[in-house]
Amino acid sequence: RDCWQADIKYSAGWKQWKRTSSKSWKKVLNEVKELSSYLELWRHDIHSIGGKFGTGIQSYFSFLRFLVLLNFIIFILMFSFVTFPSIISKYGIFNSTIAKIPPENIEPHCTVYKPSDNKGLVYFYTYLKDLLSGTGFLEDTSLFYGYYIIDAPWLSIPRYNLPLAYLLATFAYLGLSLLWIIKRSVEGFKQSLVHDEDQFQSYCNKVFAGWDFCITDPYAARLKHSSLQYELQTDLEEERLKRKIADRTMKDKLRIYSLRIFINIIVIAVLSGCFYSIYRVTVFSQENSNDVSNSNFQANLLVQYLPSMVITLANFIAPQIFSFLIRFEDYLPAFEIRLTLMRCVFVRLANIGVLLFSLWSQISYCATDKCKACGYNYELYPCWESDVGQEMYKLMIFDFIIIVAVTLFVDFPRKLLVTHCSCKPVQWCGLQEFGISDNVLGIIYGQTICWIGTFFSPLLPAIATIKYFIIFYIKKTSLMHTCKPAARPFRASSSNFFFLVVLLIGLVLAFIPLGISIAYIPSSKACGPFRNFNISWAVVPDTILRFPMGLQQVLHGIASEAFAVPFFMVICLIMFYFIALAGAHKRVVEQLREQLVMVRFDPLFCTPKV
Amino acid sequence: AYKRFSELLPKEERENACSARAPKSQILTLPELRANPFQHRICRVFSTSDSGDDSISFEDFLDMLSVFSDSATSDIKSHYAFRIFDFDDDGTLDRKDLEKLVNCLTGQDEESRLSNAEMEQLIQNILEESDIDKDGTINLSEFQHVVSRSPDFARYGGFQQ
Repeated sequence: RDCWQADIKYSAGWKQWKRTSSKSWKKVLNEVKELSSYLELWRHDIHSIGGKFGTGIQSYFSFLRFLVLLNFIIFILMFSFVTFPSIISKYGIFNSTIAKIPPENIEPHCTVYKPSDNKGLVYFYTYLKDLLSGTGFLEDTSLFYGYYIIDAPWLSIPRYNLPLAYLLATFAYLGLSLLWIIKRSVEGFKQSLVHDEDQFQSYCNKVFAGWDFCITDPYAARLKHSSLQYELQTDLEEERLKRKIADRTMKDKLRIYSLRIFINIIVIAVLSGCFYSIYRVTVFSQENSNDVSNSNFQANLLVQYLPSMVITLANFIAPQIFSFLIRFEDYLPAFEIRLTLMRCVFVRLANIGVLLFSLWSQISYCATDKCKACGYNYELYPCWESDVGQEMYKLMIFDFIIIVAVTLFVDFPRKLLVTHCSCKPVQWCGLQEFGISDNVLGIIYGQTICWIGTFFSPLLPAIATIKYFIIFYIKKTSLMHTCKPAARPFRASSSNFFFLVVLLIGLVLAFIPLGISIAYIPSSKACGPFRNFNISWAVVPDTILRFPMGLQQVLHGIASEAFAVPFFMVICLIMFYFIALAGAHKRVVEQLREQLVMVRFDPLFCTPKV
Repeated sequence: AYKRFSELLPKEERENACSARAPKSQILTLPELRANPFQHRICRVFSTSDSGDDSISFEDFLDMLSVFSDSATSDIKSHYAFRIFDFDDDGTLDRKDLEKLVNCLTGQDEESRLSNAEMEQLIQNILEESDIDKDGTINLSEFQHVVSRSPDFARYGGFQQ
């Protein structure tokens, strides 16, 4: 205190003015930041969840908010470039007309398409069935691909190339998602990198600087106590396990490695079982739902939803099996958690892939010559993109129904049971813990469906936005009223990064089916904006051929080998440079660390000030 | 700050707040200290009372706020942190001090404490990382050395104004 008083006496008037002006500037900046944070959606809700349940669960809800915003932006993109022009030209607003270019060089039998319009008296439940399965009255709306048969709406003067817009909007939303996710994950990556580098004196750091002095709420304090205790205990346990692993004999190692190989074989067997069952069920469902017999409404609906049900069942059973098996593999606890999560992620995303693959095998199955002329099974699937869109729509609706049903029929009754019934087994089960990883994988699964399905069903992002919006409130209510706080606190920074990495894997996996649909499978000739093209991608070369000669030559030049090979070599050189730089930094860090250790024991540096 | 201090005093002494002392029980009602496991040590360290009842005068109160504010240097913070962690006031952090420190951090209940074996392992690790002269205790300079390389200390060692 005496030092400070001396300081204040000797500072001149100018320095004081500088200090006060910088203080007021900081105040203004803080106030602006506070005001702008009021504009954030759900800011108060997420803050209160974080205070009560910890930062791990809070990161789940802010991840959900991110997905709501992403889906909303994707919807705006698709709507403004694809749906809106189609609607205004179909209804003739703004003096627009539609130009339907008659298809050339196409067999007439390929272009026959009659969406099953329900005419005349229909029962009420037909509408319900159509709403749930995307057929009937929904099939001809702008929800599905088949609606967009306009080739070129004329909006007053400019001619709007709808097929090109459709394709480019698809690439745009995929690119936008990729960039946004990478931007968010870079921030998380930096944090997790810094955190990992702290192995040097992790114990001292945790003990001397572990308590956050800003905590004022006793409940938050209790959470912090338990999280500190858990962190210290896991660190000590990991150290003990590492020592045990280092002491393993040759015989032990052989035994453990052979056990691991055996368990991995079991895992692969479980996965193949899942995939095969999904394949069989999809084939069965497609075969049986195509004989339209409206007599048995429930049976028909059940058959239609069978693939979704089997996928949900597989997504539920497989993680339980994996978490049971991993106990025998004797890994470190942190690695165990990561490996189980990666396996669950793989199961969920590969299930969608198998479903799509089985759909395509049905669509491209061609026995007759007539069928081969079209390129796809025109009898059963005159508009196959709409059918794929319907499957994605059904998956999304079913996912939503399951989440609502589980919350209503499992969580709330469990809470009622635990509070009112005091028998031993019920109390031992206890209240449910909010399983962060399961919930995150669930919403990533839903988001992958949305990304794949948006090409076949442009209004799907709107449904996804509404779905995630409602899920936020459902999960929040379920959390507040039926869950107890987790005994094992999650580390927020690394988990944020982990969620985004898995989301990125989902996005990359969504590229594959879309790529195959756009570039490989012939587009349906009876409906959709790509009627006149062999494959959907063909609209791009077609457009380029209409550009002025100069621009065409430039584009041809970029795509040719003369440009690609030097470009590739330059990219490789830049990559090698960055790898070398990273290696050099690592070596510098190692050297500095060794120096620090030397400094610790160097008597010159360590004269204690007594 | 003056207003907050005078609110802690009983009504009769409020006009004379500059020279009055607030009893320890009142200090512990401050929101910043309420949930803090080191509340008793903080009161003991900042109190300059001769009678040993840990009462805080206005100057002590200002001291406390300034040490925990954002503008205090890490030198001062680490100096006071050392005094707070030194439970037996002997000028070094020995095993018993470290044991009490860890117990404060993990919580006051019986079931939230680490087992004896874990405590031994933890204290062993801490001393390995920070004890330079290998005398089994941590003195002030060793503590300041360790804390200066810790990224969390600056972030967590402050009250919000």
